[in-house]
Amino acid sequence: MSDEHGSVFDGLLGGDSSQWAFGTDFEDPLAGVDTTTPGGVDPAELAAYCLMLGDDALIISQRLSEWCSRAPDLEEDIALANMALDLLGQARLLLARAAAADPGVVPALPEGSPVPPEDALAFFRDDRDFRNVRLAEVANGDFAHVVVRLLLFSTARLALLERLRTSRDQVLAAVAAKGVKEVAYHRDWAGRWFLTLARGTEESHRRLLAALDELWPLQGELVAAHPLEGSLAESGVGVDPASLREEVDAVLDQVLTVSGVPRPERAPLAGVGGRTGRDGLHTEALGRLLAEMQVVARAHPSGRW
Amino acid sequence: MSTDRPAPSRACEAADAGRRAVEATATRAPDARRRAVEAAGEVRDPEMPMLTLADLGVLRGVEVERDADGGEVVIASITPTYTGCPAMATMRDDLVHRLNDAGFDRVEVRVVLHPAWSSDWISERGRAALHAAGLSAPGPAPRRAGPVLLTLSGPPRPAPPCPRCGSAATRLTSEFGATACKALYRCTDCLEPFEHVKEI
Repeated sequence: MSDEHGSVFDGLLGGDSSQWAFGTDFEDPLAGVDTTTPGGVDPAELAAYCLMLGDDALIISQRLSEWCSRAPDLEEDIALANMALDLLGQARLLLARAAAADPGVVPALPEGSPVPPEDALAFFRDDRDFRNVRLAEVANGDFAHVVVRLLLFSTARLALLERLRTSRDQVLAAVAAKGVKEVAYHRDWAGRWFLTLARGTEESHRRLLAALDELWPLQGELVAAHPLEGSLAESGVGVDPASLREEVDAVLDQVLTVSGVPRPERAPLAGVGGRTGRDGLHTEALGRLLAEMQVVARAHPSGRW
Repeated sequence: MSTDRPAPSRACEAADAGRRAVEATATRAPDARRRAVEAAGEVRDPEMPMLTLADLGVLRGVEVERDADGGEVVIASITPTYTGCPAMATMRDDLVHRLNDAGFDRVEVRVVLHPAWSSDWISERGRAALHAAGLSAPGPAPRRAGPVLLTLSGPPRPAPPCPRCGSAATRLTSEFGATACKALYRCTDCLEPFEHVKEI
């Protein structure tokens, strides 16, 4: 310390960080991982694609986290928190990968800020820069609502990750290979609860149908072709969501049939001027979600935790 | 007390062989690498402290390299069990600390994402340690060709025997437990709950 009047806490600064349970530094989730952009791929496109997949996971994770301590019983509370954690892990790697591909996507922070790139992306972007599907962001409802949302989301996510395992981008391929194992558990959880609620009481059945009616129009976005995703699918890095439609429909039909619930006929929610969540066009719910999620980080842009 | 644990899977034997190979290499290798492998091999998993990171299959490699000035740098590689594993930072710090204590001032911990961790990588010694601590060890990880099947009914896996009383009369409580890698079961004979390390 240059200050000769150092405080008694000086001995705790610097030097051996192992006295802290989690150290004093942020750790790079991609430390030592090769993040070279594959040949023939535009790094800015790759970064935008990673934001799409990462933001889906981050925003759903935040919605699932809101369930913590509110589920019908302890087991389901733990299950929802576990799924939130899996998706937060996927989001962290995907946002870090986006930043490594194109540092230009990371919001500028004050000189010397210790906030790592994936945190800067999560906590310092405005809603229009988020590229998640709108299904991820709508406000939570009752337990049937989270079951339906997870069924719709994890069915498409699992089909996508299965194909992404052969991505030419090594990080995406690795995230996908691991994510398949995790999301398979999420889809089973949601599918089993869907069946239970459908066959449960009149009240559970009514609530399930109401949730399905609300969320079904948002499902189409998960399997709709977007120019950027199409372009990256062509170069062997991404997956065209339109190619998932058949498999996703088959799985959802399986759940609906076994549950005795008719397939909803509501049309997909239109975009605004053709723009949807993937283009940064969101519902009002995202702004409120971000306000709560980002408020502490934004108040301390140079914070060290 | 049960002794009828499932026979080790082939993959598990392969994991053990891999661990023995690392140890054998270490005994032949220069002293520094042997010491580094030994020190890193003592570090335990923060959430399941009956297991070392090596027995869990999370420690993927320990090398000693020389930098431009001829100084020793230990490169330890770890892989997360689940993507969101919150224990990675603790594992990194524990490895650095233990290797510092063993006389290595410079330690670099790298993340390995590929291939993804499998419960098949838990060594036979690790499985015995889990059992001794009252946890149920995973069976062989699922192998499949083609899309993942949806399981809407029935148990997701054959019910594991109770690690406390050995009874086969156990029931799944939840596929999600206190850590990402475990499911919750209960024994309908001794009535105790227990945790099962999931197959992935």
